[in-house]
Amino acid sequence: MTEPSDPLISIRDVSKRFGTFKAVDGVSLDIRRGEFFSLLGASGSGKTTLLRMLAGFEAVSDGRIVIDGQAMEEVPPHFRPINMVFQNYAIFPHLNVRDNIAYGLRKFRPTPAQREAMVDEMLDLIKLPGYGNRRAHELSGGQRQRVALARALILKPKVLLLDEPLGALDKQLREQMQLELRLLQQKLGITFVLVTHDQEEALTLSDRIAVMSKGAVIQVDTPTGLYERPKNRVIAGFIGNMNFFDATPSSTGSPQVDVQGLGLVAVNGRVRARSDGATTLIAIRPEKLALHSEAPVTGGVAGVVQALQYLGGRHMVHVTLAGRDTPVAVALQGGQADVTLTPAPGQPVWISWKDDAVLVLDAD
Amino acid sequence: MSGRSHSHRPNRGLQAYAALFMVFLYGPILIIPLFSFVDALYVRFPIEALTFRWYGELWRREPVIDALGNSLYVAAIVSVVSTAIGVFAAKAIARNRVPGTGAIVTFMMLPLVVPGIIFAVAILIVLNRMGVALSLYTVMAGHLVVCLPFAIWSLLPRFEGFDPSMEEASGDLGENGWWTFWRVTFPIMAPGIAASLLMTFTVSFDEFIMAFFLSGTQQTLPIFVWGQLRFPSQFPSILALSTLILAASFATVFLSLWIGRIGLPKAATGEIPK
Ligand SMILES: Nc1ncnc2c1ncn2[C@@H]1O[C@H](COP(=O)(O)OP(=O)(O)OP(=O)(O)O)[C@@H](O)[C@H]1O
Ligand SMILES: [Mg+2]
Repeated sequence: MTEPSDPLISIRDVSKRFGTFKAVDGVSLDIRRGEFFSLLGASGSGKTTLLRMLAGFEAVSDGRIVIDGQAMEEVPPHFRPINMVFQNYAIFPHLNVRDNIAYGLRKFRPTPAQREAMVDEMLDLIKLPGYGNRRAHELSGGQRQRVALARALILKPKVLLLDEPLGALDKQLREQMQLELRLLQQKLGITFVLVTHDQEEALTLSDRIAVMSKGAVIQVDTPTGLYERPKNRVIAGFIGNMNFFDATPSSTGSPQVDVQGLGLVAVNGRVRARSDGATTLIAIRPEKLALHSEAPVTGGVAGVVQALQYLGGRHMVHVTLAGRDTPVAVALQGGQADVTLTPAPGQPVWISWKDDAVLVLDAD
Repeated sequence: MSGRSHSHRPNRGLQAYAALFMVFLYGPILIIPLFSFVDALYVRFPIEALTFRWYGELWRREPVIDALGNSLYVAAIVSVVSTAIGVFAAKAIARNRVPGTGAIVTFMMLPLVVPGIIFAVAILIVLNRMGVALSLYTVMAGHLVVCLPFAIWSLLPRFEGFDPSMEEASGDLGENGWWTFWRVTFPIMAPGIAASLLMTFTVSFDEFIMAFFLSGTQQTLPIFVWGQLRFPSQFPSILALSTLILAASFATVFLSLWIGRIGLPKAATGEIPK
């Protein structure tokens, strides 16, 4: 039997081949009940294909999808407890808004009064009361998107799939709809699975995010997790600034790596020893670096201020280090470092960091 | 919509030109209905007396009824067949934009610009070679060539506007294939199909050149009209007949255009986009 704590959707080793091309490659994911889950990835990374397999429009080539304890192999789309908001919304052009929203109710045989009441409730929910008699072409992009939402939500699905629902909207409307989408999801408690290639959108909306690349899931984590423990360079670059360093293991099995510009840096065995001596990628967030005007007692690296950047409320100091072309960005939070004055370009400074600030990334 | 932009300002000169153009081009057509009501054998002014007699005479003549029957029969079959072919052609054109589609479309649209007589003679030669006797069926073959562009032209906007995700959305909302067809696919396509049927029916019904070359002993209505022109005494009733054909054709074409636009977005109907 299914427990409420079981994942609502369980995806196990799912692949999709188109001919010899693997659009989705061995994906395993658990999506929890009531969660706002996002699939994030560049164009062509297989997000839509994975979503269409969940909805049942595409058969899985390998692996297994279980939704709410029920295996989905033999279940056609119209019997799945899932509804979808299409990328282009797919509002039926020959029906008005009311009939679009009520489309899926036929099977439940509501009385006309029940039907009207349910549609009215939905029109209120999407804040479009009075738009019931409009046709699709008489609606704006944002309004269409809401109708597509209502048409799916009226069926009270266990899962709502959204394929880049905000992609067609302009920036301002997109931000407004993001907020509404999040509030709606929290109000209804339905599990949302959102596909997007917009990192910011995924990070602001989601409880958890699966980052996809070339058909595979690279990392599944919370937005904070992705920020604090990114697995590779691309994810590390999603939000905020990041300093990247090439590093070489100093000797096989050593807890230190030789980082370009920083010297030997402790990584506590997080670098798997590579016999080929290839470089590893190390990253440190600018706010995890401390700036000093005098050499600290232990472990500072000397540099020269190259430029100062004001970012509203805080400064970003770009420091040139010997043996490194790109300057290192250091964020100056108020009262953080022992720099009392704002440093001026040309001034010699020292930077330091704590061991756990050093992120070791997968080589790409 | 109401505010006129700079380029939409009315232009007096252009309007007058358009009006003259219409009068000279389409004015003569009005002679036909006018004189079909005149109680005289010849087209001549001044008009002395009006009558319905030519219309009455029409129905007492068996050849007219036969020709009408033939034309309806040909048009019915041609409209159904050309619309059916047009559906597949339009679907292929709209859905798989493969290289070469453009050339195929151009080829199918040729009958609109190539003189009908060239097509008619070509078909006639082929039929002769193959030893096929001329009949209403050979007329249908000729009409098919003429009607196909009209069918595609009526259907293409539908198929280009038809988004396969409509059918998926219906499945997603819980309908199986049968219900999806009747609740989504057919209603979206139906106006285009109806428009195509009406349009091709009219084109076939009115077509002369193909029928002239390709008909055997059984005449279609336009051929019958042509034949009767040799007999001056028949002339007024031919005018009456032509008037009826004219009225029916106009009505069907307008109906077809009107139906064809139902539910299409404004831009696809040939209206000037803003
Ligand atoms: N029906 C299909 N036949 C063949 N290849 C396909 C098919 N559908 C998708 N693909 C391929 O699979 C890959 C993944 O496609 P998918 O649509 O899932 O990408 P996506 O991550 O949604 O991208 P986007 O952000 O551009 O929508 C692409 O390379 C695409 O060309
Ligand atoms: Mg996609």
